[in-house]
Amino acid sequence: MILMIVALIFPFLMVFGLSFTVETGPQGQSEWSLGSYQAFFDKPQYLRVLWRSVIISTIVAITTVLLAYPAAYFIAFHVKKNKMRWLILITLPFWTSYLLRVFAWKLILGYNGVVNSALIYLGLIDQPLDFILYNVNAVVITLAHAWAAFAILPIYVSLQKIDKSLIEAAHDLGEGKVATFMRVTLPLSMPGVVAALLLVFIPTVGDYVTPKLVGGPNGLMIGSLIQVAFGRLDNWPLGAAISVISMITVTAGVCVFLLGLDRLKKMVA
Amino acid sequence: MSANPEKSGPSWLGTYTVCYLIFIYLPVLLLPVFSFNDAIYVAFPMKGFTTRWWAELAQQDGLFEALKNSFLVAVPVSLVSTALGICSAKALTGYRLFGKQIFTGLFTLPLVIPFIILGISLLIAFNSYGLPLSLWSVGIGHVLICVPFSLFVLMSRLESFDHSIEEASLDLGETPWMTFWLVTFPVAMPGILASLLLTFTISFDEFLLAFFLTGNDSTLPIYIYSQLRFPAKLPAVLALGSAILVVTFIIVTIAERLRRQGDAQLGTGVE
Repeated sequence: MILMIVALIFPFLMVFGLSFTVETGPQGQSEWSLGSYQAFFDKPQYLRVLWRSVIISTIVAITTVLLAYPAAYFIAFHVKKNKMRWLILITLPFWTSYLLRVFAWKLILGYNGVVNSALIYLGLIDQPLDFILYNVNAVVITLAHAWAAFAILPIYVSLQKIDKSLIEAAHDLGEGKVATFMRVTLPLSMPGVVAALLLVFIPTVGDYVTPKLVGGPNGLMIGSLIQVAFGRLDNWPLGAAISVISMITVTAGVCVFLLGLDRLKKMVA
Repeated sequence: MSANPEKSGPSWLGTYTVCYLIFIYLPVLLLPVFSFNDAIYVAFPMKGFTTRWWAELAQQDGLFEALKNSFLVAVPVSLVSTALGICSAKALTGYRLFGKQIFTGLFTLPLVIPFIILGISLLIAFNSYGLPLSLWSVGIGHVLICVPFSLFVLMSRLESFDHSIEEASLDLGETPWMTFWLVTFPVAMPGILASLLLTFTISFDEFLLAFFLTGNDSTLPIYIYSQLRFPAKLPAVLALGSAILVVTFIIVTIAERLRRQGDAQLGTGVE
C-alpha cells in the first residue's frame, strides 16, 4: 500500500525536478535552471492557452452541474422505486470508451455531420452551420456530456441525504415550492454541488482528447501544449514546467473558489 | 396541509430527465446505427443497410494485434489492481489505521489529476530509470488509475461487513490467513468480481495513458485513434467502436448487478 503511494508521489516529484532544468546537449544533458519557466512566461500565447483552459473548464463545470442537477433532483425526490436502476442507466455510458464518445460528438457536430446533414435534409438550413464544430462550444458540449456522471452522483448523494421532514416543515410554515427549494433544498445540497464542480473542473483543465478532436485551433487547451512539448518539440523540461504551472493554477483556482464560497456563506448567515 | 409537494411538479422534471438521458445516450447509440449505413460519411439521409463495414473489420491490418495487446494489458491489470484493492480496502476498513482519511485521499488522487499529467510524470519516471516503454509501462499506468475504482467498489462492500464474524473465526482457532480465505473472501466475492470486470473495462478503454506510455505496441484505443486520420476507414472504425461499446455495456451491467446482488445479500441494499 505504501508502495502504491510512493509509486504515485514519486513521478510527480520527478516532474517537479525536471521542470527546473534545461537541456544543454543533444544527448539530454541538462543543468538546473529556471529557463523552462522563463520560456513559458516569455510566450504570451502559452499564457493565453492556460487562461482559456481555465475559462473553458469553469464553463464546462457550471454547465455540467446545471444540466445534471434537475436529473439528480428527479431521481432523488420523485423516483420511488428502482432509484438504483435510474442511476445505473445514467452512469452506464460513462464507463464506455472516452475516446469513442468524444469521437461520436465529432461526427454529430461536424461540417457534414449528423446535425448539419439532418437540418439540410429537413430543409431548415441551406448551408452547413460552421459554428458548431472546431470551437469552444463544441468542447463545452462534449465535455459536459463526457463528465456527466461525475456531476450527477455527488449531487444525488447530497440530495438523498436531506431530511425530508425539513422540506415538509418549510411547506407547513407556508413557504412556496420555489422558496422552499431556494432556502432549504438548494443550500442543503450545496456540498454535492461543490464536489461536482470540483470533480469536473480539475480533470477537464488538462483534457487532451476533446480539444484535439473537436476543439479546432481556438479550442486548444493546456493539455495540447503539454503533449506538443513532449512530442513534436521534444522539450521535456518545458512540458514538465507547463504541467507544474497548470497544476498550481488549478490548485489556486480551487482555493479561490472555496475561499469565495466560505465568504459567501458567512455573508448569507 | 398543503397539496403533497412530492406529487406535484414531476411532470416537467420527468420530461427533462428523459431528455437528459437521450442527451447522454444519443452519441453512444449513433456509432452502431451508422455502422450499418451504406455510406462513407456519417450524415443524413441514411443510405441502405449494409454489413460490409463489419465484414471489413476482419481484414484490418493490425486490428487483431491491437486487440491482443489490449487483452495482454487489461487482464493482468484487472487482477493486480483488484488484488491491491483488496489489500487496501481491508486495511482501510478493518483496522483503526492512523491517518485513514489521508490514505483514502491519496488513493483517489489519480482520479482528480488530469490524466495527461499522470501520463507524463510516469513517462519521465520510466525514462529516468532507462526502463523501455512497452505494454508493461502501460499496464503500470493503468494499475494506478484502476486501484481507486477497485477500492471504491470493495470498500462499500467491506464497510457493511460485520467484523465480529472474522473475530469469531479467529476465536474458534482459524489462522488469520484461513479466516481471510474462508470468511472474508466469500463475503467480498461479488465485490471482487465487480472490481475485476470494472478495472478490466477501464484498462481496455483507456487511451491517454496508453498513448504516452506505449512504445511501438498499440492497444485498441490507440489503434482506433490512428485510424481516425483516414476518412475512408471511418465506417470500419464505427463498426469496431460499436463492438467495443456493446462489450463494455454487457460487462458493466454484469458488474453492477453483481455489486447490488451482494449488497442485497448483506441486507444493506439501497433499494
